[in-house]
Amino acid sequence: MFTPAAQAMIGQLGLKKGRANLEEFADTLLALATADRNIIAVTSDSRGSGKLAPYGKALPQQIIEVGIAEQNLVGLTAGLAASGKKAFGVSPACFLTARSLEQIKNDVCYSNVPGVLVGISAGVSYGALGSTHHSLHDLAALRAIHNLTIIVPADNFETREAVRFAASATRPVYLRFGKSAMFDLHPAGTKFEAGRAIPLREGRDVAFLATGETVVHALLAAAHLTGQGISARVLSLPTVKPLDTAAVLAAGRECRAVVTVEEHMVHGGLGEAVASTLLEAGLHPKFKIAGLPDEDTVTGAQADIFRHYGISMEGLSATARELLGS
Amino acid sequence: MTDSELALKAVALRQRMLRLIHDAGAGHTGGGLSCLDILNVLYNRILRVTPETADDPRRDRYVQSKGHCVEALYAVMADRGYFPDAALDTVGHYQSYYVGHPTRKVRGMEMNTGALGHGLPICLGLALAARMDATGARIFTLLGDGELAEGSNWEAAMAAAHYQLDNLVAILDHNTLQITGRTRDVMSNEPLADKWRAFGWEVRPVDGHDYAALTAALTAPPPAGKPLFILANTVKGKGVSFMENVGKWHHGVPSDAELATALAELAAAGKKLSEAQA
Repeated sequence: MFTPAAQAMIGQLGLKKGRANLEEFADTLLALATADRNIIAVTSDSRGSGKLAPYGKALPQQIIEVGIAEQNLVGLTAGLAASGKKAFGVSPACFLTARSLEQIKNDVCYSNVPGVLVGISAGVSYGALGSTHHSLHDLAALRAIHNLTIIVPADNFETREAVRFAASATRPVYLRFGKSAMFDLHPAGTKFEAGRAIPLREGRDVAFLATGETVVHALLAAAHLTGQGISARVLSLPTVKPLDTAAVLAAGRECRAVVTVEEHMVHGGLGEAVASTLLEAGLHPKFKIAGLPDEDTVTGAQADIFRHYGISMEGLSATARELLGS
Repeated sequence: MTDSELALKAVALRQRMLRLIHDAGAGHTGGGLSCLDILNVLYNRILRVTPETADDPRRDRYVQSKGHCVEALYAVMADRGYFPDAALDTVGHYQSYYVGHPTRKVRGMEMNTGALGHGLPICLGLALAARMDATGARIFTLLGDGELAEGSNWEAAMAAAHYQLDNLVAILDHNTLQITGRTRDVMSNEPLADKWRAFGWEVRPVDGHDYAALTAALTAPPPAGKPLFILANTVKGKGVSFMENVGKWHHGVPSDAELATALAELAAAGKKLSEAQA
């Protein structure tokens, strides 16, 4: 995943490796559901990939298997949620947000039931399985649906907090998790609030506004740039919708360049959300959306794909320098 | 309420539904008339829910999967007292909650439906929750026969039997017509009874305009562990001679003259029923 230089920077920043957000999700849900029998997980032959096998063993009465049937998964989740259950529909993001998009739109969001949709192995987590298993469209598709909070955690802390938020939310929530082990990015005592960005590093030349599994790369790039005399801000934006417009506008006002970073196609995701927020406020810093371009995705593991498209310390540093003309 | 009282009420409900569609300038006339007797029986005999208990977590629930026939449902629910009849004068109007498909902003509506193939999966969730909470509630949905081409129905049919949801009832408004024409020509779905039996359901074919038969089929509990499928054979456009079995009345809106004719025809039928009762 990381070049030797990036690994050295990880050491310099003292980042500790946690585990996959998916695993953190599953354990957090198990803990919450153990205390609250109203929490129900719904799976589509996905309890293994969702790391929910221990949950299923511990709480067999609080998990429902629908088989490989994502439309039924979301409709059924909506029905449970309409009955006062805290239902978590868990399925690979690629299927959940494409096959059953209409159920998400109508049964959950339009009916306004507090269902939680959990897209697992999201983005290019499934890497070499190919594009059938990638979800590079989900943020775009879901951002265009009213009444859905979209959260893409960057590390185990954000994951834990996002799951807790979702369990107590009174409106629909989409959570998106990858399956690579994540570095812990936040110091103890960090506050998580849905809809709020979390600052990771202050800076004035360039701001990296990143979400999900790309945040660590933005952080490394910022540290790298500092060594080259460039002051780089990093914001983690776990909540893609509603966007923390205050934090976005502050970055656009205070920094000469803004780079958004996401494990998603460059269309319709975090980058375009940030772009429209800045433009509508009359701000036009140098701007670049770092994501996956509108092309057949290069083949390979998640790390290969990230590197290929410049979602790496080196790639993001170069993007920033190019924008800054330095 | 006796069968003949229900039949008399159905005349008034059909009249109200037709006036509503005429006034709104849009609506699903043929399918509304085909499912109206089913709704009449459900709301006035079967469902253990009233306007007063519409928020009770233990209530029976009805989700209209064929959401486009909401005008029939509006007429039945207004009559039942869920909302004032005057609300129906706003159907389709700017800023009215009374739109062309059910939404939860209307009191008593359980879910927002209208895209087909959604009601049954939702009802699985409702039925599972009712069983977890041991509320004793039964969950009902109404499907259209054209709607059965949606694969999500069959995902849910499989899961309902797998989970032995004997508190779940799916009613098919089997009027054999859809927007393009005869369902058998558009996408044949027969043999329906065999299909649902093969999926593990208790299947009860019934005349969907026969109150006694509908009531019996909906009342008798299915064998333990079996979801219940009521194959209600109906007539699209039922009750208005020139609308019966005529494709264009799928969402045809009666003109002033057609409305007058239809209302008069229904009034005559009502008069006959009253005389028979007296």
